[in-house]
Amino acid sequence: MDFIVNNYLLTLILFTPTLGALILFFLPGENKSLIRWAAFLLSFIPLALSLALWFQFDSTQAGFQFEQRAAWYPAINSSYHLGVDGISLTMVLLTTLLTPLSILASFGIQDRVKAFMMLFLFLETGMLGVFLALDLLLFFVFWEIGLVPMYFLINQWGSEKGERTVWGGRKMPARAYASFKFMIYTMAGSLGLLLAIQMIGVVSGTFDLMELYRIWPSLDKPLFGLSINVVKSIAFWAFTIAFALKVPVWPFHTWLPDAHTEAPTAGSMILAGVLLKLGAYGFLRLVLPLYPTEARTYAGALAFLAVMAIIFGALASFGQSDFKRLVAYSSVNHMGFVVLGIAAAAAAAGTQDAHIAMNGAVLQMFNHGLSAAGMFFLVGVIYERTHTRDLNEYGGLFPLVPVYGAILMFTSMASLGLPGLNGFISEFLVVRGSWPIFSVYTALAMIGLFFTGAYILKGIRQVLHGPLNEKWAGHLTEINAREVFVIVPLMILILWIGVYPDWILGVINRAVTALF
Amino acid sequence: MQFPIISFIVFTPILAGVLLLLFPADRKTEVRVTALAAATFSLALSIWLYFSYNLPQGGYQFVEKYAWLPDLGISYHVGVDGMSAPLVLLTGVVMFTGVLISWKIDDRPREFFAFLFILATGVFGVFVALDLFMLFFFYEIAVFPMYLLIAIWGWKETREYAAMKLTLYLFVGSVIALVGALAMYFMSGLKTFDMLALEGANFPIWFQNIAFPFVFFGFAVLGGIFPFHNWSPDGHVAAPTAVSMFHAGVLMKLGAFAALRVGIMLLPEGAKTHMPWIILLTLVNVVYGAYIASVQNDFKYVIGFSSVSHMGLVAMGFATLNREGMIGAGVQMFSHGVMTALFFAVVGMIYDQAHTREIPRLSGFRLFMPVVAVAFIIGGLVSMGMPGFSGFIAEFPIFMGVWATYPWIAIVAAISIVLTASYIIRIISKVFFGQLPEEFEGHITDVTVLDKLALVVLSVILIGVGVYPQIMVPLVESGVNNVLRLLGGA
Amino acid sequence: MTIAFEPWMYVAVLPEILLVVLTLVVLGLDLALPEERRGGLGWLTAGGLTAIILVGFAVAMPAGEPRLMWGGMLRHDWLGFAFKLTALFAAAATSLLSMDLAQVGKRGEYYLLLLASTLGMMLMGSAADLVMLYLAIETTSIPLYVLAGFLTRDDKSTEAGFKYLLFGAMTSAVMLYGFSLLYGFTGSTNLYELASLAQAGQLSLASVFGSLLLVLVGFAFKISAVPLQFWAPDVYEGAPTPVAGFLSTASKAAGFAVLVRVLMAVFPGIQPYWGAVISALAVATMTLGNFFALSQKNIKRLLAYSSIAHAGYALIGVAAISMPGSTLGATSVVFYLITYVVTNLAAFGAVAAVGRVTGSDEIASYAGLSRRSPWLALVLLVALLSLSGMPPFGGFVVKFAVFAAAVEVNLIWLAVIGVLNSIIGLYYYLTVLKVVYLYRSEEEDKPMPVPGGYALGLLVLCVGILLIGTLFAPWFSFSSGAAAALF
Repeated sequence: MDFIVNNYLLTLILFTPTLGALILFFLPGENKSLIRWAAFLLSFIPLALSLALWFQFDSTQAGFQFEQRAAWYPAINSSYHLGVDGISLTMVLLTTLLTPLSILASFGIQDRVKAFMMLFLFLETGMLGVFLALDLLLFFVFWEIGLVPMYFLINQWGSEKGERTVWGGRKMPARAYASFKFMIYTMAGSLGLLLAIQMIGVVSGTFDLMELYRIWPSLDKPLFGLSINVVKSIAFWAFTIAFALKVPVWPFHTWLPDAHTEAPTAGSMILAGVLLKLGAYGFLRLVLPLYPTEARTYAGALAFLAVMAIIFGALASFGQSDFKRLVAYSSVNHMGFVVLGIAAAAAAAGTQDAHIAMNGAVLQMFNHGLSAAGMFFLVGVIYERTHTRDLNEYGGLFPLVPVYGAILMFTSMASLGLPGLNGFISEFLVVRGSWPIFSVYTALAMIGLFFTGAYILKGIRQVLHGPLNEKWAGHLTEINAREVFVIVPLMILILWIGVYPDWILGVINRAVTALF
Repeated sequence: MQFPIISFIVFTPILAGVLLLLFPADRKTEVRVTALAAATFSLALSIWLYFSYNLPQGGYQFVEKYAWLPDLGISYHVGVDGMSAPLVLLTGVVMFTGVLISWKIDDRPREFFAFLFILATGVFGVFVALDLFMLFFFYEIAVFPMYLLIAIWGWKETREYAAMKLTLYLFVGSVIALVGALAMYFMSGLKTFDMLALEGANFPIWFQNIAFPFVFFGFAVLGGIFPFHNWSPDGHVAAPTAVSMFHAGVLMKLGAFAALRVGIMLLPEGAKTHMPWIILLTLVNVVYGAYIASVQNDFKYVIGFSSVSHMGLVAMGFATLNREGMIGAGVQMFSHGVMTALFFAVVGMIYDQAHTREIPRLSGFRLFMPVVAVAFIIGGLVSMGMPGFSGFIAEFPIFMGVWATYPWIAIVAAISIVLTASYIIRIISKVFFGQLPEEFEGHITDVTVLDKLALVVLSVILIGVGVYPQIMVPLVESGVNNVLRLLGGA
Repeated sequence: MTIAFEPWMYVAVLPEILLVVLTLVVLGLDLALPEERRGGLGWLTAGGLTAIILVGFAVAMPAGEPRLMWGGMLRHDWLGFAFKLTALFAAAATSLLSMDLAQVGKRGEYYLLLLASTLGMMLMGSAADLVMLYLAIETTSIPLYVLAGFLTRDDKSTEAGFKYLLFGAMTSAVMLYGFSLLYGFTGSTNLYELASLAQAGQLSLASVFGSLLLVLVGFAFKISAVPLQFWAPDVYEGAPTPVAGFLSTASKAAGFAVLVRVLMAVFPGIQPYWGAVISALAVATMTLGNFFALSQKNIKRLLAYSSIAHAGYALIGVAAISMPGSTLGATSVVFYLITYVVTNLAAFGAVAAVGRVTGSDEIASYAGLSRRSPWLALVLLVALLSLSGMPPFGGFVVKFAVFAAAVEVNLIWLAVIGVLNSIIGLYYYLTVLKVVYLYRSEEEDKPMPVPGGYALGLLVLCVGILLIGTLFAPWFSFSSGAAAALF
């Protein structure tokens, strides 16, 4: 048993969700609560395993651990190659943590529970695969495959109201529109990635990341009649666009508000909590190591986009009257910091500042995962009770739901970057790291941060404070125990990292300094 | 002497077909059961063949050779290599599922299954033929039952036209290839139609350059190559479900396979000369096919044109003449065969219930046919080249192969991926989700257990190859190595 | 050249002798039996012919070098033997297919004429002398004229007989003129002497070529090659269906036998010239035949045009013989004819079987046939697909052989034209099959009885088609043996 766990730990983490989904398949579908509890309990297996991974992980050691390799597609020199370092470890933990919480949060789903839960578990495998893969092709496999369950989650279990007029004046349900947009945007974005991966595979003769790290950046012969720099630049942008779409970086973000808004609560939680991180992770795992030169060259542009994302994200968020859209745009804003950190690190790779910025970026990924998931969950909680997301419909709810109010305040503050909570730590690190590198951009980002405060306070004010909207009196029930159980672990982590970030930064830092 | 497994595979269907004809016309159930038994037997044999192929040994295996017409050097010479073994398996699978799907055919099932089985014998025969004459012999056997199957049991609106068009196109292609093949026979001076011998014939380059287009296009017509693809969507649409499955699933592979076997393998220098422009045609296939598919309103036409697009990828893979491209093309032949069989099965099931294939009029079918919906989604994902499904395993190396030779073509061809995704998603969300229109209220029932079994078999194969490509790729690779050997290690 | 009589010559013509005996027996029985018991005559004829085939195999098989016999009138060789057997087989099948036909099957004189004509064909196959040749041709033709007009109460049949007679007589007169010119130039009537005289260069090209053309007129009529094909559709349409089948197969095969024999024996010296003529004939014949077949509404007319087209395909093989280095040409022609005889007999047999019930030969009347009689439909399917050149039927193999023969001697253009023609052919054969299998009719519930003679005849023919199409080696060697006798 020990042998299996130690040698195949990553495989176990990766495939236990799929296995869980298959188990669910054979359970009777009519018994909804059985399905729910089974899914919930099954999702603890990967969590337990990844905790085991966390504690066995040697954070003093650089490089990848728990590596595992098996033949998968030798005809094109691609193998099933897994491994974790500090960056992926935190992401794995985040994923396996958010999945049970999201499942718990979706206990309210009534329609086709079995299919929902199965898709969710498949989704978890897809996301974990991206974080664990050390083979470029395998990375892409999981990168794409995660799209499918997400598409169906939005398309089938998304919000039932709303219509969108599409070209030609045809009306279609908003969730269908959003899911289609999500799918096509991401697929189109991935197209360049796919082509670039193929090209790299052809040129290098391998897809193994360890090999590629060695071969690809130092390649200097002309390709396809073009100079290597041109080819690499094009490939760089192909990668960058694919990942920027996923993050999303302004101006590629337009799918996100739609997708988030229409997704079911648990879908939004995972979407914001984990899926967006895939893009950022792609930058860290692939773009920076494979294209150090190009990354340095174009870091300014990337930083510019990041700052635009921060500012416009915040402004757009401020302008929303839909609570969920507000939170959705906040993701654009927050992920902007991640990209800013990455851009800074790319521009000044190897320096102390770069390491700080990178640490901040990775931690911000984790933190945003916690707080955004929490925020979406809280939006979902109130939506289930009021069946509206319109901020103007709320007002003065604090007295009616004091516990919920307190939780919402707490989570919002984390999102706002209140010192003592986790968001502050990571954003501070990013800003501190990128200040010497992109001073102007960082300064602009600070302005964005100001608007962050503005929209979060606006959200809190419109929901909790002000005159009570009388129609809710007597109708609005307090957050229940199950829901509290979802949010509390998040709150604990938010506070813990805010007060004592070292436990996680230690793990991240080793990987960051080793890589960049 | 070893068990002549290939002969059993080839002749089981036709013998079963003859046996069926001896049944009294009104014993329909017995006819169906017998047909299923024969199909199961063929499937079992082809699975056995597939898994008992000795990979380390490679080359042609299970070879049987008997003199057939020694005066002309014609022999009954069969064997499989890594390229054909998956296709034999594919035929077995499609035959089996085709019989399951056709269970409800009520108009002369005896003749239907008999013709279908004659077709199957032709298909098996081409895949295992190692003799040029024999290849043509079985190739034609595979073509003509198609006419009757479509004309008799097809869609009333277009069946006569489509069946005739299809048959004539394919016949034209094959006889043109035939003339080329005859020229090869006499040119070689070897007095044999044995392809293994002809592989070493070393035809002069001028001859290869002249003969290659005839032979290649003659067969590629059946593979649906642009601009000779026109017969295929019409044929698909007019054909009854099981025949569409056979037609798109297996028959089109026949063309691609024969183009490889006879065109590329016997005339390698000609292939090298002509492929640079042929690949442009395949590019048109890939992109234009996907585009046309995305603007169709008839469910079956969408699938029909998607076949054109996907078969274009096969031809493109072959046209690269390199290892990756050909491996991909080999896997794509199998993958597309299974996928498109699944698609047509689904379309047939929907049509049987809704009596329309107009996509705008269809909606909400998942409510009554959940298994069909899931199966179509799986097929759709394969079609989109989604990783984790067999389509990705096939298309990825094809693109790599194209990158290695004509990078710009790879980039342009990639457009088809987005087009494919868009029409597949459109169909999934339009046809299977949403509300069931009132006109279908109360008419729609779930498909039978046999239908479900067919869909499950096909889906499992698609996922199996996608997740664990090792089950097929090494085999195809060994077949490709043989081709590359003839191409001079290119 | 004098050929001394030897006893083996009796054995060599034993089939012919037995045929005469059979003819006399049929005649006697026809006179002796009361009318209602004459139904057995057909079985007797078929059985007797089969027995003669067996005897032929047992004793009359040529061995060793070809030999002239009976004063140089006949030649004992494989070519003659092969066509003898073909004629006997065709006659046997025809009598099986005629037995149950009203106004035909129970009349002794019908079988008498059939057997007489067969005798002529057998002699045509082995004739080695112009005189013998002419006699054989006329022995063949005259009974056929009568047979074509056998249905005296049917205007069409009468017209057919008369038309056939007129054109036949005219063309044979032209041919006879050609014969007499050849005799006049050389002073000999023996084909093989003519050959040596012609090769010795004693004749001017113009005179040889001119007489060749005259001779060709007669042969072209027999094989219904363009431009002497126009009689065929009318005659086939009017004649009783089995007779049309017999005309289109045995008579045509015998015509080809004399054509290749005369061409090879008498005119080897001017091969390129007649090669060109034959090529042109081949192209014109198959193309016109196929194009006219496209628009036919009557199945017998369609088959007539198709049989014209098939003469064209066979002529491709003959054209190939003319080219140097041809090894397949002659073989392919013989093989083609054997297969064609079997296939076309099956087609006409099925048509006869259907026609005797429906009373119509319109293609439209075949609607619903596959439901009325699946077996007849299947026979038609096999026959027509074989005619169109689909495996696993004989037609595929022989087309393959003919095209191969053309490609072998670089007549690729001819092969390509043949190939294109076979596509047209496929189209109209499929059109018929479409009616048979696809269209419905009001009478489709009525079963269609198939009498024993038809059942046996069609079964044998279909099995033959399949056997030729799958196990072709023995047939091929038989044909190449026959072809070898040409050189």
